[in-house]
Amino acid sequence: MIVAFVLLLVVIGSVGFHLISPWWWTPIASNWGYIDDTINLTFWITGFVFVAVLTFMAYCVFRFRHTKGHKAHYEPESAKLEIWLSVLTSLGVIAMLTPGLFVWYQFITVPDGADEFEVLGQQWMWSYRYPGKDGRLGKTDPRNVTADNPFGIDTADPAGQDDVLVQGEDLHLPLDRPVKFLLRSLDVLHDFYVPQFRAKMDMIPGMITYFWITPTRTGTFDILCAELCGVGHHAMRGIVVVEEESAYKDWLAQQPTFAQSLAKANAGTRRVSTLNAGGSVR
Amino acid sequence: MGLFQQLTEKSWIEEGVEADPRERAAPAHANGKVGLWVFLGTISSLFMLFLSANYVRMGYPDWKPMSEHGLLWFNTGLLVVSSLAMQWAVTAARRRKLNGVRNGLALGGIFAFAFLAGQLLVWRDLVDQGHYITTNPANAFYYVLTALHGLHLSGGLVAWARTFARAWRDHNVFDVRLSVELCAIYWHYLLGVWIVLFAVLLIT
Amino acid sequence: MADVTNRDIDYVAPAEVEEEELYHAHSWITKYVFSQDAKVIAIQYSLTAIAIGLVGLVLSWLMRLQLGFPDYFSFIDAEHYYQFITMHGMIMVVYLLTALFLGGFGNYFIPLMVGARDMVFPYVNMLSFWIYLIAVLVLVASFFVEGGPTGAGWTLYPPQTILSGTPGSDGGIVLMLVSLALFIVGFTMGGLNYVVTVLQGRTRGMTMMRLPLTVWGIFIATILALLAFPALFVGAIMMLFDKLLGTSFFMPAIVELGEQLSYGGGSPLLFQHLFWFFGHPEVYIVALPAFGIVSDLISVHARKNIFGYRMMVWALVAIGGLSFIVWAHHMYVSGMNPYFGFFFATTTLIIAIPTALKVYNWVLTLWQGDIHLTLPMLFALAFIVTFVNGGITGLFLGNVVVDVPLSDTMFVVAHFHMVMGVAPLLVIFGSIYHWYPKITGRMLNEGMGQFHFWVTFLGAYAIFFPMHYLGFLGVPRRYYEIGETMFVPDSAQTLSAFITVMTLIVGFSQVVFLFNLVWSLFHGEKADPNPWRATTLEWQTPETPPGHGNFGKALPIVYRWAYDYSVPGAKEDFIPQNMPPSKVSGKKKTKPRRAKRK
Repeated sequence: MIVAFVLLLVVIGSVGFHLISPWWWTPIASNWGYIDDTINLTFWITGFVFVAVLTFMAYCVFRFRHTKGHKAHYEPESAKLEIWLSVLTSLGVIAMLTPGLFVWYQFITVPDGADEFEVLGQQWMWSYRYPGKDGRLGKTDPRNVTADNPFGIDTADPAGQDDVLVQGEDLHLPLDRPVKFLLRSLDVLHDFYVPQFRAKMDMIPGMITYFWITPTRTGTFDILCAELCGVGHHAMRGIVVVEEESAYKDWLAQQPTFAQSLAKANAGTRRVSTLNAGGSVR
Repeated sequence: MGLFQQLTEKSWIEEGVEADPRERAAPAHANGKVGLWVFLGTISSLFMLFLSANYVRMGYPDWKPMSEHGLLWFNTGLLVVSSLAMQWAVTAARRRKLNGVRNGLALGGIFAFAFLAGQLLVWRDLVDQGHYITTNPANAFYYVLTALHGLHLSGGLVAWARTFARAWRDHNVFDVRLSVELCAIYWHYLLGVWIVLFAVLLIT
Repeated sequence: MADVTNRDIDYVAPAEVEEEELYHAHSWITKYVFSQDAKVIAIQYSLTAIAIGLVGLVLSWLMRLQLGFPDYFSFIDAEHYYQFITMHGMIMVVYLLTALFLGGFGNYFIPLMVGARDMVFPYVNMLSFWIYLIAVLVLVASFFVEGGPTGAGWTLYPPQTILSGTPGSDGGIVLMLVSLALFIVGFTMGGLNYVVTVLQGRTRGMTMMRLPLTVWGIFIATILALLAFPALFVGAIMMLFDKLLGTSFFMPAIVELGEQLSYGGGSPLLFQHLFWFFGHPEVYIVALPAFGIVSDLISVHARKNIFGYRMMVWALVAIGGLSFIVWAHHMYVSGMNPYFGFFFATTTLIIAIPTALKVYNWVLTLWQGDIHLTLPMLFALAFIVTFVNGGITGLFLGNVVVDVPLSDTMFVVAHFHMVMGVAPLLVIFGSIYHWYPKITGRMLNEGMGQFHFWVTFLGAYAIFFPMHYLGFLGVPRRYYEIGETMFVPDSAQTLSAFITVMTLIVGFSQVVFLFNLVWSLFHGEKADPNPWRATTLEWQTPETPPGHGNFGKALPIVYRWAYDYSVPGAKEDFIPQNMPPSKVSGKKKTKPRRAKRK
């Protein structure tokens, strides 16, 4: 009796916790409302199964608990019931999977005309690179990395000279414009993750990965690393500012280009080994 | 009974055991043989995974195929002879000819040792030519795969040594027949693996 | 359905069972230490696994202390924290759960349940345990080398695993990889035994479909392990080469803290594919034995045959097969080709169907049963609750786009702890309460057992259920501290502290359980040979605990399936598998089994 009651209480408690929990996802700041919708759909379907199966179980425990003289019914199998249950389960699975795959297709298909820019991860800091006036990012290779060229930009590639470099500063993004994040890492795996954007993707040394979003509201959000990257993993933070396009352009204009930063470094006025800055965390 | 029939049997309906008492008195296959087959399944998985890793890694731009070494053809020949000799031992065991078993085993073992020595020679040659393990991923895979194959063959030689010793001690062919068969199966299998590895090496 | 009336077959005399070349112990050492008896090996495996599991448990307390009360424990720094989570994960998944289910339960129950005297290769079986022990010792040794054990996360992703920014990237990781390789070698030896014993060692009349589901679960899990562990082996070997010899299997060109390393061209993703080709079947290597065992617990204690036995077997086989083509669902946001997502999301959600059918059948077995709420039954019910919960969150993570916001958050941690931590552990507890009387001849203490059950079940649920919601919030996993953020409210820290307190309570209730195990060995109530009135062969042994050779002089003959409970018309509510039809007065519609040979 008490067991059945506790089982029922677990079900009620779980549903209740879900309904009153103050811990829920952060207000969305990107176009991926569909992802939230898919999660909600999954919640409805699986929540129904959870409640149905466990309530049924609690009922069985209550109704068929051992009493003197009671004997179990003998029934090896029922093909009909099992077929019905398989069909129903399959329908539930299809109902969750189909919208999921459609949204996934959108997630991996970057719209034409999306702005591209690069996020560079290294232990344990974020840097960013915008394509500059020519709209193209210069070629890179980790072999080119020096203290003066922390991004490893190919100096021979003209497209790289006007690339805008952002180091030790917040990331800025324009509102309502689709952006494609090109993700690159110099050392180990990282993962660019902004909870409000709903999107994330690993960054792999030797590869360029991507995802895309359209920021849908202005604001300041945390950037976290979501792939264990060593002892400073939890401290690898950043901040992204989504702002109106004009404000964004003003900000971008103030940032140095690759050519400028190289010239500065060669002049020897400011030799900051940004690369070693991350080492202080350890 | 077929596998399908076995797995669709409504076992709650049928009671009793087969009237034929021979049915399960002795299993159709020797335990050792079934065990060996299962083991071969595991190492097949091992080699297949290594080869798929090899295949994936090949797709990266720094891969420089290794030049093939002439001695490898000779080594392959040694392993083929070794395998044939093992088969000879099996045939002799079936015909209850103890001498044939002994000769086959001896020859099989010697040629297997020769194969391993040949493989080591190739290694030394490659190192002399500057093909170190770190030079290129193709080299690394070559060394790892050949080492793995060699280790498996060495393991087989332990089993071979035990069988060989028994074949010399025992005068009853029947006692060693299963061991000889197991050795032969393992030898043929490793020959097959080697041919696949060699082919992969030649193609890439 | 064939409506043939029951025509009793006369008792068939046991076939002449030759006294096989059974291993006979000659001294105390060969009987209890270097023993080749599967039952002794099983106990050795279990005790070793439990011992190392306790280390894993203590590690979980330490990491929870840090997460619940970030500023209180100065001795837990980030480096230690990452080492704790890594070793906790690896120990629990591989060295505890895999070893206990297969090495422990497999060794003890396969020979007994199929009606064999022992495993088919007892010597290899003994080696299996000793290599496992060495693997555990090597693992433990990594705590004591300079730099400590590896802190790379149990997934051991390169490049960071072998780079200096990760704790334990010198001795620690090398010992970890060596230990894993040893474990795999040792396991393969045991695994050959389990598979071949099921295939070859069954007694007369024990067809495959008369096997108890416990054996089926362990059998399929072992096959998975034999095929999947090589992937980890390959990964471990290649990583060892990268670490020790400087090859570039997995290592691309890397600039580490401003310094160019000599690696170049390798593929970190390749390791992830290898790891998860092992890692996903590994989930089922842990889950399938639990599925099998829990089916038997429910059936015995509900006095009812398992509902849809054939479906249960087919589902095990289907899940086992499918588990090899779903691995990349751990890699949706790994940067692999995004089009793989379509395939792996589909296969992953398909695997939910046979799994769901198993759940339905467990619950349907309760329907119209005669449910005895014994401790094993309680644990089985708790298993269903946690497994259903963990299973449906798996549908979130398997559905590729839903995984994107949730992956690498606490949601994932909560999910896999619920589904492959808590749920299988509840089955392990249940089965220990179930079989302890057979193994020791004494019952476990009921009062301590009830306490252990309620605290463990409700406590573990209270730990992991709310943890999902931290994941929704966006709290990442593997964080030493979340610190100041703009999206995590202070209340989340309160929840985290609550989880930590629950962890300590549940952890300490395990001490009660361990005490019960030892106390009952000497003071427990003497057990009947078959206290639960079960049908399977392990309960029909002439001695309790079963002696060497398991079945005395003659091996049992099996006349029926493993689930003849509450057969209409039968005097008792169970008919042992070795009860000849002539001695049963059932009115069940059956037909005599005919020789199928021509």
